[in-house]
Amino acid sequence: MIAALVTWLRYFFRRKPAYELDEEMREHLERLTEMYVSQGFDAGEARRRAMVEFGGVEKTREQCAEVRPGQGLENLKHDLQYTLRTLKRDRGFTFVAVLILALGIGANVVVFSVVNTILLRPLPFHHADELTWVTGNFGKGGLSDTTFRVDTWDAYRRNSQSLQNLSGYVPYSALGETKLMQAGGDPKPITGVWVLQDFFSMLGVEPSLGRQFAENDAVKGAAPVVMLSYSFWKNQFHSDSQIIGKTITLDKDTRTVVGVLPASFDFGAVFVPGTKMDYFIPLITENVKDWGHMLSLVGRMRPGVSITQAEAEANTLLPHLRDILKLGGRSDYDVTIVGLKEHVSGKLRRSLQVLWGAVAMILLIVCVNLSNLLLARGASRRKEFALRIALGAGRGRLVRQLLTESLVLSGAGAVLGLGLAYAVTTYLAHQGAVDLPLMSMVRVDGAVLLWTVLLAVGVGLVFGLVPGVKMSASNLQDTLKDQGQGMSGGRAHDRLRTTLVVSEVALACVLIVGAGLLLRSFLQVLRVDLGFEPERVSSIRMDYRMGGDNGRPRAVLFQEAVQQMAAIPGVDSVALTDNLPFEHGRSWDLRAKNKAHKDDENLDTMISIVTPGYMRTMGMRLQSGRDFTWEDTAQGPHVIVINQAAARREWPGQNPIGKLAQGIGDGDTTVVGVVEDVHETSAEEAASPAVFVPVAQAEPAKAEVVMRSKLPPEVLAPSALQRLRTMNPQQATVALKPVQGLVDRATAPRKFFAILVGLFAGLGLILASLGIYGVISYAVTRQTQEIGIRMALGATRERVQKDVIVRTLRMAMCGVAVGTVASLVVARGIRSLLFGTSSGDPVPFVAMIVLLLGVALLAGYLPARRASRIDPMVALRSN
Amino acid sequence: MLLSNVEEGKNMPPSTDLLQGTLDVLILKTLALEPMHGWGIALRIQQVSQDALQIGQGSLYPALHRLEYKGWIASDWGASENNRRAKFYSLTAAGKKQLKTELRQWDRLSVGIGLVLAQGDGEKA
Repeated sequence: MIAALVTWLRYFFRRKPAYELDEEMREHLERLTEMYVSQGFDAGEARRRAMVEFGGVEKTREQCAEVRPGQGLENLKHDLQYTLRTLKRDRGFTFVAVLILALGIGANVVVFSVVNTILLRPLPFHHADELTWVTGNFGKGGLSDTTFRVDTWDAYRRNSQSLQNLSGYVPYSALGETKLMQAGGDPKPITGVWVLQDFFSMLGVEPSLGRQFAENDAVKGAAPVVMLSYSFWKNQFHSDSQIIGKTITLDKDTRTVVGVLPASFDFGAVFVPGTKMDYFIPLITENVKDWGHMLSLVGRMRPGVSITQAEAEANTLLPHLRDILKLGGRSDYDVTIVGLKEHVSGKLRRSLQVLWGAVAMILLIVCVNLSNLLLARGASRRKEFALRIALGAGRGRLVRQLLTESLVLSGAGAVLGLGLAYAVTTYLAHQGAVDLPLMSMVRVDGAVLLWTVLLAVGVGLVFGLVPGVKMSASNLQDTLKDQGQGMSGGRAHDRLRTTLVVSEVALACVLIVGAGLLLRSFLQVLRVDLGFEPERVSSIRMDYRMGGDNGRPRAVLFQEAVQQMAAIPGVDSVALTDNLPFEHGRSWDLRAKNKAHKDDENLDTMISIVTPGYMRTMGMRLQSGRDFTWEDTAQGPHVIVINQAAARREWPGQNPIGKLAQGIGDGDTTVVGVVEDVHETSAEEAASPAVFVPVAQAEPAKAEVVMRSKLPPEVLAPSALQRLRTMNPQQATVALKPVQGLVDRATAPRKFFAILVGLFAGLGLILASLGIYGVISYAVTRQTQEIGIRMALGATRERVQKDVIVRTLRMAMCGVAVGTVASLVVARGIRSLLFGTSSGDPVPFVAMIVLLLGVALLAGYLPARRASRIDPMVALRSN
Repeated sequence: MLLSNVEEGKNMPPSTDLLQGTLDVLILKTLALEPMHGWGIALRIQQVSQDALQIGQGSLYPALHRLEYKGWIASDWGASENNRRAKFYSLTAAGKKQLKTELRQWDRLSVGIGLVLAQGDGEKA
């Protein structure tokens, strides 16, 4: 065993000198000659016979070399050297091939890293598959429907058998909710969230500095503590390693920093996509017992418990607890439990699958295109291969050589594509425009690298194998005899290339139709009448609770603010609200007085507490009744304005003006106006009921100043902020945000997917047209002589041109026909992603057919023109 | 893999295909008697088999290389009968062991083949 290995290694490193074999064979040949001489042949004849019997020497030499250990590596080295030489010689081809591959592989790697992060990888928590998302009210409605009361949570946690732990956080947090007080600087708006004390330890997230929240941090009268997110610690405190034990001031409270969360934990990315959380405070549950629905819950199931079991338990346990806790009405039951992962990324699954399918098609098109390029190139290399076969190269060796070439190309493409993907994923992880969950965790990691290698090898094999086998199988003698030059010979060869192009065109069809449908859906979403006009409206957050009120009534303060801001030159209209559309605000129960309501009826009504002029400023349309005035004071009769959806729900078929409603504040309120439906949460869903209340008559959650102005936000911002500062020196430095931004944010994921699929479709179209051009152009080149003859025999230029174009169109039409059928199937598959567009919408189909035939016409026209300019004399004389 | 043992020619005896492993055992057995050069091996096999087996150089030299790389035979330059420089192959210790194994296998194989080929006769008898 060892001896064999030593021998193997010896010959692996040391090559036997070639002259030894030559000498041996010369000796052999001489002996053979001597033998024939001794049989009575004369010297010449004996030598001839010996030579004939002895046979070819070169083949033996090669076979002897072939059996040497490590010869595989040696061959690989030669193949590589040869490949690099040929590719260097063919710079244009190499450049185009590597570029196409880089785009194809790069796009695939980007999409894979997104899919991997969002769909495939488990959430970055300890035993993430045990984590569940627990919602009330079947998970439907606003936050106040799906969240839980503190006492319900506590009882549920204690009594559950299927959950080993149940924890959560308070989801009502908005950007810039808190102000970080800085010594010698302006207050800085930051965002934080209240969490239950054991939230992080339940997830299995360990602080990178300091400690977890302890149980006695969350009892009444405990010393106030805070944990910081990694990025906040890094950016705000310059990664101060001594931060633990120091205090920071949030609004009026001074809190001790007890821990810093690890860099790998991004609360926002998982629970509130698009938000960066800066700090976390343990919720002192004792203080908020009576606050109503306020907890979003995450449970950890015991090992072996299924989600169905957990849900079944919740739906028997919670109604029971409700009775024990004496909670009336529809409260905290109808629980739906889903896996946390499903909650975070389930909605995106279909979109991501479609995206993945689209890039896979791109990759197929790339393979087909490369196969075609290699076939065309191979045709011009036929003689080279024929020569090599004649010199004794085996077919396997030639296929290997061709595969080496394609693998080198795909390897180079993969490296470039990976670079491209790295740039794109880094951008995606750091951009703020698309609020996909987990997006900030997208990166090129081990799995992505492995995928890239798989792609490179797979692609190289696929596009290299067809031409490889095809070429090495071509008839040696025919090739050497120079058949087919300038003639339309080699029909089989052309048929393969035509088939490739047809399939390429069909794939491009599918991509274009898919992209067209998604794009149309996106345009439909943009066309939805939101019920307000977000263009030219900006909002800025006003601080009024601290130091700004001076004991004056809120309404007076707000009225002054409106007057101050309206005085800014260029501002047309100003108002205040505590809830901007698309911000997922609060909802209260609105009931028509004296109307019988069923126990489980959904009374959710989005509430906005606003100043007079809000509707005008936002561009809402008052359908009947009146807007609020400053005379709607706390002392006056309580009034509300509702939207049509609320009117339809509570006063169907009646005129709601003057009717009494309950549920908004303590007593009865009178409906004084109805506005046309406003989409408060999403452009894609039907408008939900909404109610507006004057500021004097209800407590706003915050104050957003909305301004309608022709001035761009950057111009408006400094003067707006300065006026707020004059009124309240404690006013934090906040940005002036266009309201259109909120709407754009809501449609951003759809736009993101539509644009990506559109880009892929464009890429597919370009590649398909390149394919068509390549095949036709190559055919014209090969038929130069034939065309020359035809023209010499009287064929007109127009005739020649027409023939080429007809041939192109025939090929394209085949592809379009196949593609149309495939597109119909695919369109049905993505039906759930469409909005206001049917999967059989003819527009994308017609557009696709026109586009592809147009491109084919162009791709065919160039070679056709070249064909018609062939000079018969030159064509016939050449070759 | 089949190797043709004879190059094609008009006056050549009919060709016989040899299994690669068979050629190996023939070479090993021939070298077990005494060290020999390539031509000598081919000649010896041809003579002993009464011209039934003719080993062409195209099969012989790759086989010799292969056996050498496996460490079963060793080669040395020496003087031939008529005092010409020739490369002599000899069996190594590992080669002797290999030959024993191969011979055992060959016995088993030939007995097996014999049984299969004889079955028709048995039925007739």
